[in-house]
Amino acid sequence: MSSEVGQRAVPISRAELAAIGSPVTAEDAVGQGDVPAGFGRGARSTTGRRIGIILLGLIVPALLLLGWHLSTASGFFKPSQLPSPTSVLAAAVDLVDRGQLATHILISTQRVVLGFLIGSVLGVVAGAVLGLSRVADILLTPTVGALRAVPSLAWVPLLVLWIGINEDSKVTLITIGAFFPVFTTLYLGLRHVDRNLVEAARAFGVNGLRLLTTVQLPAVVPALFSGLRLALAQSWLFLVAAELIASSMGLGFLLVDSQQNGRVDRILLAIILLAIIGKTTDALLGIAERWAVRRWA
Amino acid sequence: MTAVLAPGTTRTTSKQALGVHFSGLGRSFGAAGSRRAVLRDVSVEVEPGEILAILGTSGCGKSTLLRAAAGLDVPDSGEVLIDGTPVSGIDERCAVAFQEPRLLPWHTLQANVAIGLPKSSSASAGKAKVLELLKLVGLDAFAKHRPREVSGGMAQRTSLARALARNPGVLLLDEPFGALDALTRIRMQDLLLDIHSAQPTTVLLVTHDVDEALQLADRILVLGRDDDGHDDGREGSTITELVTVPGARPRDRNSADLGALRSSLLSLLGVTGH
Repeated sequence: MSSEVGQRAVPISRAELAAIGSPVTAEDAVGQGDVPAGFGRGARSTTGRRIGIILLGLIVPALLLLGWHLSTASGFFKPSQLPSPTSVLAAAVDLVDRGQLATHILISTQRVVLGFLIGSVLGVVAGAVLGLSRVADILLTPTVGALRAVPSLAWVPLLVLWIGINEDSKVTLITIGAFFPVFTTLYLGLRHVDRNLVEAARAFGVNGLRLLTTVQLPAVVPALFSGLRLALAQSWLFLVAAELIASSMGLGFLLVDSQQNGRVDRILLAIILLAIIGKTTDALLGIAERWAVRRWA
Repeated sequence: MTAVLAPGTTRTTSKQALGVHFSGLGRSFGAAGSRRAVLRDVSVEVEPGEILAILGTSGCGKSTLLRAAAGLDVPDSGEVLIDGTPVSGIDERCAVAFQEPRLLPWHTLQANVAIGLPKSSSASAGKAKVLELLKLVGLDAFAKHRPREVSGGMAQRTSLARALARNPGVLLLDEPFGALDALTRIRMQDLLLDIHSAQPTTVLLVTHDVDEALQLADRILVLGRDDDGHDDGREGSTITELVTVPGARPRDRNSADLGALRSSLLSLLGVTGH
């Protein structure tokens, strides 16, 4: 919001440049010189540029892969320390043949999606209530702050005792992990909504729920999305924590199980899969974020 | 500009202009113990349909006076009466245009103007009114644009249209042209006069620009410290001058009458030798 002036500066200067060469018409008498000429120009080339940027971003992973291959092929690392890329690929094919890899991936993704969705919705509700209601803020913020200060893994023993070792306890842990980033960004975002905009809306009789939906919530959409992306990263973090501690399926389980069996190739496979799936889900959320920021900011 | 102001298009919808009476208005700011008075004993009667310019140096309480009329601020003493009834809370009879456009960036200009519509207006009548106002301020071609896609002058005209959508009995303008370049400012001033002759509403115009006040206002109110040599220990601004501007609008910027008035107003504001 505070960059309002800065954002406006560009269309004006473009318009002024455009106005120099254009004759002034009657309709333009008032608005002459402030036609946003050239706005949206260059939109066609952005897709091409985006693909180029993605390809450039793949250079470093490709170099890493090459380095990995060379260091194992040259015998610099023993296979028991660092297996070659091809043996990791073979481990993947082996797990696919046994019908286990898809199960691990799907169950982990399901846990993350469920925990992330529940945690985000709760975070939005709590953030909105505490961010907007002065009474709720005074009553609840110290408590929520104290709960946030508890390292979330400290809940694990309690969750296992209360809920048991099952899906619910894992999803609950991920929910806790996803809740706080969403809550915090929305709560702070609502505190910092441009007072001038709120006042202007109030001056025109907009208040209560209408003020929330027309001014306050739209104003925090960009902040909310950064919170959601943080929450998604936290969700994957807490997934692995939950699965490392007690599970019989999932990528975290694959990590512990492979460690106990000395299968470094499967450990690397699990890590690479976590990186790829985590990055993919984040990218999907990034697309939604870009859309939302274009729509609301 | 006159082309878009076809008679009957806006006049039919305009509400009656309302009189404003400031009565013994006082306002202080700050924590208890270190409160500083900004306004004191401001009493003035504004006629229905009048354009009153409120002049003063920065920080003298011009905006505070306007905000009291809008119900955005509550005075410590005295009250504001609009059409005889006191202002308490946001007042439906007033509409404000601020120094900044304060448009919602996620709405189109059209949707931003629609925010100003009174609650009672129906959807179809409201939409027609919004389009009519956008046409009035010369922005009908930009109805679907977002605020960041238009210039500062266009955004400010949208803000003016939003205020007019309210069908206000009193139009409160808080330095609405202050941030615009000189050419756009003159066009906006002309637009305001056109609008005023089409919808003769009462206008309170806060400005720090003496020439703007001389061009637009029926009367000019100067706010300032009332210390003519003797210090009576009272701080805060009050009315130091209230003058009627001679001549009908549009006024010749170079006339001798206005020149003399300009000099005396400038010296009241602490600028001498002009």
